[in-house]
Amino acid sequence: MAVVALKPYPLRPVDGIEHYHGDQLVYWSWDHHLMFAAPFITCPSPSTRVVDFLEATIRPLIAADPDADRVDWTCVEWIRDHEPIAIDVGKSFSENGIGHKDLLRFRTPGMNTLCG
Amino acid sequence: MDMKVQKAKLGLKEKYRLMTRDLGWTPSYQPHEKLYPYAAYEGIVIHDWDKWEDPFRLTMDAYWKYQAEKDRKFYAIIDAHAQNNGHLNITDARYLSALKIFLQAISPGEYCAHKGFARAGREFPGVGTQVACQMQSIDELRHAQTQIHALSSYNRYYDGFHAFIQMRDRMWYNSVPRSFFDDAMTGGPFEFMVAIGFSFEYVLTNLLFVPFMSGAAYNGDMATVTFGFSAQSDEARHMTLGLECIKFILEQDPANLPIVQRWLDKWFWRGLRLLSLVGTMMDYMLPKRVMSWAEAWEIYAEDNGSALFKDLARYGIRPPKGWKDAAKARDHISHQFMLAFYQWSFGTAFHGWIPSEADLDWLSSKYPETFDRHYRPRWDYFKKLADAGTQFRNVGLAKLCQCCQMPCVFTEPDDPTLLCHRERVIDGHRYHFCSDHCREIVEHEPEKYVQAWMPMNQLFQGTSGGGGIENWMRWVNLVDGKDNGDFVGSRDQRNFAAWRGMATSNNGT
Repeated sequence: MAVVALKPYPLRPVDGIEHYHGDQLVYWSWDHHLMFAAPFITCPSPSTRVVDFLEATIRPLIAADPDADRVDWTCVEWIRDHEPIAIDVGKSFSENGIGHKDLLRFRTPGMNTLCG
Repeated sequence: MDMKVQKAKLGLKEKYRLMTRDLGWTPSYQPHEKLYPYAAYEGIVIHDWDKWEDPFRLTMDAYWKYQAEKDRKFYAIIDAHAQNNGHLNITDARYLSALKIFLQAISPGEYCAHKGFARAGREFPGVGTQVACQMQSIDELRHAQTQIHALSSYNRYYDGFHAFIQMRDRMWYNSVPRSFFDDAMTGGPFEFMVAIGFSFEYVLTNLLFVPFMSGAAYNGDMATVTFGFSAQSDEARHMTLGLECIKFILEQDPANLPIVQRWLDKWFWRGLRLLSLVGTMMDYMLPKRVMSWAEAWEIYAEDNGSALFKDLARYGIRPPKGWKDAAKARDHISHQFMLAFYQWSFGTAFHGWIPSEADLDWLSSKYPETFDRHYRPRWDYFKKLADAGTQFRNVGLAKLCQCCQMPCVFTEPDDPTLLCHRERVIDGHRYHFCSDHCREIVEHEPEKYVQAWMPMNQLFQGTSGGGGIENWMRWVNLVDGKDNGDFVGSRDQRNFAAWRGMATSNNGT
């Protein structure tokens, strides 16, 4: 469906990757870990190695959860757009095909101290 | 000789006719469509505007008289409140957080409603409707003014009230009410009427005003109670106008039904999202609580709403699509929001806190199905961290919903242990949503929502103050260490305790 308007009204997205100075938005959510009220929005460079970003940015963000220390990025199950996805964390975002505004969910089965 | 005697006074009926319907005319210089260019493009068909019945038959002269009387009473009480240090009569300074959210999020909404009804009054071709919209427009302006004046007595003494105008446009959580009203105001006059006049004023406003005003009364806030009372008789008129309008639209042509139904689905859901803030105020921010959000929802939405939609069924209207999911969220949303506000309190112009044991017990008793199982363990853990001197601050920025602009704090309707994730690629761009219903709203009119100014995304674009948290705080007029953070140890807490001490004993300094 299109917007109801008196004259043509084109799509004007304001969140295109061109606005992010060479970086891109990536969202993260740790399934069943609701201590963190909402998924995180981050803005890594596509050429950053995923594991480097996870250690530098995501691990400090989730550090307050009692399970955080036990998270092994090579063992977590990744989900993108409701489908399982294999991520080689040793490679970069772009090498893994992770695009602008992708939401990456990670699951750590059997690990749930707070919201189990 | 018979002399024709001029009647000294017009009868009510005649006065109404002369001062409303008789003010209209048939244009001769311009075609009707040019005079009312926005009357047809939404697809609503009206055959006879004269069939519209004004439920109040109020004329402008009487309107001014009533409103002036109400204003006189209102300002007399507000003066007395100011002169008698009325701010010290509230139950506890935590209560102020509710007022800060109200002033930042709701009062600017009243002003938007004022602008919206002024426009609707110009754009509807029917004279009766024009006059009714004009009165409501002035009402809404008066509400914004009386709220601002009433709450200015608190601004003299407490933090977080001082920049509500700038914060309305810039503070991340205020983009929720702002986008709500912007969405309504950029619709045509009929959608605006169904959105604000009916869905908000009729279906949902009781959830805002009744519990909130009782909350103010319970917590000794004479200023808020006064503007609530002053607005109440207007609200009754607004509700009747909203209902009258929707019935009129539905009676005029059967083709209007699917359009109106879609608007109801949309605006019920958007209104619900907005009001989850009120749920948080009721369950957490009133030191002395009136009823829980769940109880208010049961009375004002489930019971009253069911009766309303039964009544509208004869026009073919069914309850809004999100009705069942709203009921499922009833026992969750206030907790999800307060937990969020607590962990993000460094970025809010009101204080968060961990509820006391007694408050947690109250919540357990009001939410027996959900609170102990899902939410109390989180509060207990937050308390453990705070007691250990490592208060939990979530410095991660939140994913926002492209439609309602809420942080995506909501869980799956049927699984309270998992956040609800919804997304859609539109024209090569990916968008995220908090729920099926918000996604459906955007899918229907993507042109409107893909240009949404999303505060968190903008931070990374470097537009909100130039990057960095300090620049952002300056840009939103948030005074770090005063407006934000935990209530415990705040300046509001200290000042209130000191001033009340001076008012009630010799112990003040």
